[in-house]
Amino acid sequence: MTTWLFRRLLQAAMVVLAMTIIVFVGLHVVGDPVTTFAPPEATQADLARIRENLGLDRPFALQYVSFLSDLVRGDLGTSYVYGVPALELVLSRMPATFELAATAMAISIVIGIGLGIYCGLYPEKSVSRAIMAGSIFGFSLPTFWVGIMLIMLFSVELGWLPSGGRGETVTVLGLRWSFLTWDGLAHLLLPAINLALFKMSLLLRLTRAIVRETLPKDYVKFARAKGLPERRVLGVHVLKNIMIPIVTIIGLELGSVVAFAVVTETVFAWPGMGKLIIDSIQILDRPVILAYLIIIVLMFVVLNLIVDILYAVLDPRVRQGMMS
Amino acid sequence: MTALTEYRTSPPPPQKMENDQTQFRQFVRQFLNSRLAVAGLVVFVLMVLAAILAPLVAPQDPYDLNTLNIMNSFLPPRSEDFMGEYVFWLGSDGQGRDMLSGMLYGLRTSLTVGVGSAIIACMFGASMGLMAGFFGGRFDALVMRLVDLHLSFPTILIAMMILAFLGPGLVNVVVAIIVVEWAYYARTVRATALVENQREYMEAADSLVLGRARKVFRHLLPNCLPPLIVIATIQVARAISLEATLSFLGLGVPITEPSLGLLISNGYEQVIAGRYWISVYPGVALLILIVSINLVGDHLREILNPSNQR
Repeated sequence: MTTWLFRRLLQAAMVVLAMTIIVFVGLHVVGDPVTTFAPPEATQADLARIRENLGLDRPFALQYVSFLSDLVRGDLGTSYVYGVPALELVLSRMPATFELAATAMAISIVIGIGLGIYCGLYPEKSVSRAIMAGSIFGFSLPTFWVGIMLIMLFSVELGWLPSGGRGETVTVLGLRWSFLTWDGLAHLLLPAINLALFKMSLLLRLTRAIVRETLPKDYVKFARAKGLPERRVLGVHVLKNIMIPIVTIIGLELGSVVAFAVVTETVFAWPGMGKLIIDSIQILDRPVILAYLIIIVLMFVVLNLIVDILYAVLDPRVRQGMMS
Repeated sequence: MTALTEYRTSPPPPQKMENDQTQFRQFVRQFLNSRLAVAGLVVFVLMVLAAILAPLVAPQDPYDLNTLNIMNSFLPPRSEDFMGEYVFWLGSDGQGRDMLSGMLYGLRTSLTVGVGSAIIACMFGASMGLMAGFFGGRFDALVMRLVDLHLSFPTILIAMMILAFLGPGLVNVVVAIIVVEWAYYARTVRATALVENQREYMEAADSLVLGRARKVFRHLLPNCLPPLIVIATIQVARAISLEATLSFLGLGVPITEPSLGLLISNGYEQVIAGRYWISVYPGVALLILIVSINLVGDHLREILNPSNQR
């Protein structure tokens, strides 16, 4: 187990290193950062001086090494637009994104898994068929368009909910939260539903498939043969076993929800990291793009690691396999 | 040597002509069984035709500034233009552009980008998967490590990263979609190739000392096609959807060649003003396109998945 964990950690570190190389090469070799922020009347000599100041005239490998050492010290440069450290800027937008992503994930877990179990237990019922047909739309509808439609219906036509922004926030533990005020909650609802829709369909279909796969298994038959009440068979024997793959998927999708929040945040003008990165890409604010990509890559690697470890903790079979 | 190989390399399965034909007929018959899938195919073909024939069927050339008049801007659906000569069935946008015509041309861009990039991604990804499955060893390990790394990040993040490096633009979007999608093809084809590589016909090809290229492309590839077709269908829908999303985010196609996604994006600000038609109709077109492809893909998966047949 320890060897496995060590190997897995090393692998994660390698992935992070590889991604820093890709991001560094991508952002610093393709295109010249100097021309994007030097004034148009700058002479060749000016450009050369800026290049020298930024250290861009040094050999490439050296630049990468100094970038890495800056990265370790948490220094990712200063945003060209906001004039504050890029890392700080991205981190300050993080709670808003996490709040949105967590709410969306909670909605999709509760509804997706609940309906998925129902559809798996009663696949022939017409309600189940209707739910399954509806989930095809959940897959096919482009998220950004659904968002616009939600705004059109609930904000413009009915006037029930606000169309964008974060609303009133409360500061708890030094961070601003929307879900603790009624106004903030009203602002959170539409974006969270929008972001949840795709994952909900995914979880629904997955849960249904797993439930249908599990029901005919021997241990379920045996539990029934023992005369256990149906509630215990489903609640303990079935649920315990279907939870393993579902937890894995939830863990992996958690990161993907944060990434896809980019789309929802743009539609609903939600002031999170996603909105920031899209704005930054459009105005070529390289330090911010860099900071966002590094943070999100780090987040993914850590999430994958946690899921792998959880998987081993949850499933004795996997644990056994790793020992030998 | 060449004479011998020419003589005895009828690719599997044996009795090729006859067998192929009945297999193909069976496939067509099975496909026609699902009314939904057939409807999806018909709708998709109609949309492709509409896109190809856009210059002929569109009431207006949306790129020709001479035909546009600012007096016609923001007309709701089914209204006449200010001269009373022409009807905007789906309304007009801020420049007085007919939405229906704009959508037909937008469909062209969406389909070209989506299908084009999916085909290139398919060729590249399938080749990588085929070689990984065929050669095995280090090359296989390298490719699969890359695929694993790739699939652990969500598509939108990879596409955003590519476009952050390259900047927005039509070609860059195609590049981004190819980079996003190749791994799916590679993984699928490699899994099939590993199984197929162990079959008797590959042994037969081995004992005939055929060239590698011939073995891979004439013998291995045709037998890896069924899962590849399924993946390709679904990936076309995903490519179209991804392009629309990227264009909506302002990272996609330029304003001069609007896709359905960019049309929706243009209408986004107008939604607040109650001008629903600029966003809604292109969105409906996009939805119909994606659903029709997905219906075909779903059914193809059912037919071509070997585990469903036995």
